[in-house]
Amino acid sequence: MLRQIEGSRAIAETVALCRPEVVCAYPISPQTHIIEAIGAMVKAGTLAPCEFINVESEFAAMSVAIGASATGARAYTATASQGLLYMIEAVYNAAGLGLPIVMTLANRAIGAPINIWNDHSDAMAVRDAGWIQLFAETNQEAADLHVQAFRLAEELSVPVMVCMDGFILTHAVERVDILDQATVDRLLPPYEPRQVLDPADPVSIGAMVGPEAFEEVRYLAHLRQLDALVRVPQIASDFEVVTGRASGGLVNCYRTDDAETIVVALGSVLGTIKDAVDLRREVGERVGVVGITCFRPFPGDAVREALRGASQIVVLEKAFSVGFGGVLATDVAMSVHGDHHELRSVVAGLGGRPITRRSLEDLIGAAVRGDLPALTFLDLDHGSVDRERARMAKTRRSGPSAENLLRDRGTVGVAKARRES
Amino acid sequence: MTTQPVHFYQVGSFAVGNRLLRDEQRTVQSRADRTNSIDSGHRACQGCGEALGARYALDAAMRSSGGQIVAVNATGCLEVFSTPYPETSWRIPWLHSLFGNAPAVATGVAAALRAKGRGDVRVVAQAGDGGTVDIGFGCLSGMFERNDDVLFICYDNEGYMNTGVQRSAATPPAARTATTDVVGPEPGNVFGQGKDLPRLAMAHDIAFVATATVADLHDLEEKVERAMELHGARYLHVLVPCPLGWGSASNETIHLARLAQETGLFPVFEAEHGVVTHAKRIRRRVPVQDYLSLQRRYAHLFGAHPRPDVVERIQAMADANIERYGLLDVSDEEVSV
Repeated sequence: MLRQIEGSRAIAETVALCRPEVVCAYPISPQTHIIEAIGAMVKAGTLAPCEFINVESEFAAMSVAIGASATGARAYTATASQGLLYMIEAVYNAAGLGLPIVMTLANRAIGAPINIWNDHSDAMAVRDAGWIQLFAETNQEAADLHVQAFRLAEELSVPVMVCMDGFILTHAVERVDILDQATVDRLLPPYEPRQVLDPADPVSIGAMVGPEAFEEVRYLAHLRQLDALVRVPQIASDFEVVTGRASGGLVNCYRTDDAETIVVALGSVLGTIKDAVDLRREVGERVGVVGITCFRPFPGDAVREALRGASQIVVLEKAFSVGFGGVLATDVAMSVHGDHHELRSVVAGLGGRPITRRSLEDLIGAAVRGDLPALTFLDLDHGSVDRERARMAKTRRSGPSAENLLRDRGTVGVAKARRES
Repeated sequence: MTTQPVHFYQVGSFAVGNRLLRDEQRTVQSRADRTNSIDSGHRACQGCGEALGARYALDAAMRSSGGQIVAVNATGCLEVFSTPYPETSWRIPWLHSLFGNAPAVATGVAAALRAKGRGDVRVVAQAGDGGTVDIGFGCLSGMFERNDDVLFICYDNEGYMNTGVQRSAATPPAARTATTDVVGPEPGNVFGQGKDLPRLAMAHDIAFVATATVADLHDLEEKVERAMELHGARYLHVLVPCPLGWGSASNETIHLARLAQETGLFPVFEAEHGVVTHAKRIRRRVPVQDYLSLQRRYAHLFGAHPRPDVVERIQAMADANIERYGLLDVSDEEVSV
């Protein structure tokens, strides 16, 4: 049913339709509205049978999900940012144990400096953990991906993380078609675990494995991820057959057929990029967009195919590997290796810095002109950075750089002046 | 025909042999239908107190639950010596996740069982002292506070023995570990630190908190049975001497556990909803020196450069425990001191 609804609410209602049996939650912005809504449904009895557990940390949240999943229950939690990092040991463990937990990641920057706004640093920090990572472009897709995520996770015994941009999606109120129970039940059969803690058939789960088999165990995990490259599009196709709506899949192409320059990105920024591409098309530039929905496993072949016709690739991402550059850009470069594309890496939108259509238009224009360097930080204030570098060179005790930068950019001075006036 | 009178206590230890007891008083281990939850063939050291404690505790839990338990294990000696695939010793459903999360994993198991209507299946979580008082404490306190239906058992050998005998918050003062070496003016672990987990557990007002040692296995089994009669969070803290970490002879494990209790250093008691309901009286009080001198981790307190001042401080700790829990009847004191 079409509703005007907050993204988090849409996720909560869709997760509830997936009949989770154990939901554990620890509050962290911007994921809180999701678990608050599910908690209320469990308490009211509208979501049953389901246990909702307020845990004492994200580490406990993922650990409770591990215990529940190993006992054969459909388990769900949600987190963001610091929360994901706090649970990271258990995140790896869930994947290593092959437990099909589904988690929403409301993407948010990682401190320090502490910052609650959106970027993708959190998701990138766990890209090697063994989870399937799906990125939603819209709230509709975020909701739909959760149904597909449970199906995928349970078929393959691999945990799935649905990444949606914090605030930009989680707190945006917009039109979302919430599926009905019968439709979700058609798409998502009951969970049949491969391994379960059952007194009638006792097994040991999580015992030590030495060098004699560890590499094989890890390689099996890799193969299950490769299986996901086949199942992700099939499940998206099943979803479309049942609901009439295209959602999910590996990659999504926009105006790429004749594109010479293609921008590659993850998540909600794709909408703005598409608008910018439309405008650049009006001035005759042959540009297009490839959105990557399935980031792990990385759909190298699909990406290569989507980019085949382009002479230039611009990978725009809301995260980077400090001391190196783009993370997604590296994966894309590996995928198209040997195809003789020019590849440009753009880091944008860190800590919630708005990625404006105007900036993207300029960026695409520069790329088309051949003026884009190998690595760009979009809308970076180089003057502020240079002045702080100069202060650091001049004075040993130059103080916290974050504060100095804010003073330099006028934010602190303005606030102080306002207080004093 | 020569006859020999049967003394009730034949070994001078107050230990009661099963053959002297009525059937219903005998231990679970003496029964033909014991479950062998942790089976023979594991890799524990000779004289391992933890292997003994876990065997008695889990078989007692199995008996109490009609064989319907799921066990969750923290990383540590018990996890390592019992399992390397494919040679698991566990004949019960058993899950190991991480070092610090066993209480939360157990919460998840209990929640799943509740959601699935399997109230007949009970959850036991177990960890060493490191996994309980240090790295697992956040999750443990959360599990206690939520009153999740889990019996958590800490097998306390007073240090990180699996990693090579390092100090934990359960390591007693003056004890040598690899990270509290016997060097400097105050060799061994320092005084005035450490975490008293049973009292912290009691502060959560949970249904049942008890301590036990592997010297009195009847008592250990009874406490497990009592814990299994109750629901909600329950905590059992079992002292399990470690020949490797304590530097003791492997045939002294039971003796040392008994001395720990009989000196007052390890008070054996039980509490319900935060109130101590029973404390095991010291039957034959011994000075702490008798306990310490059997362990190489305290060797620096004796020998060529003895430290009677340090022994005295440890004795004061034992005396404080005796006072706090009323471990000594006045009449007993006259006999033993």
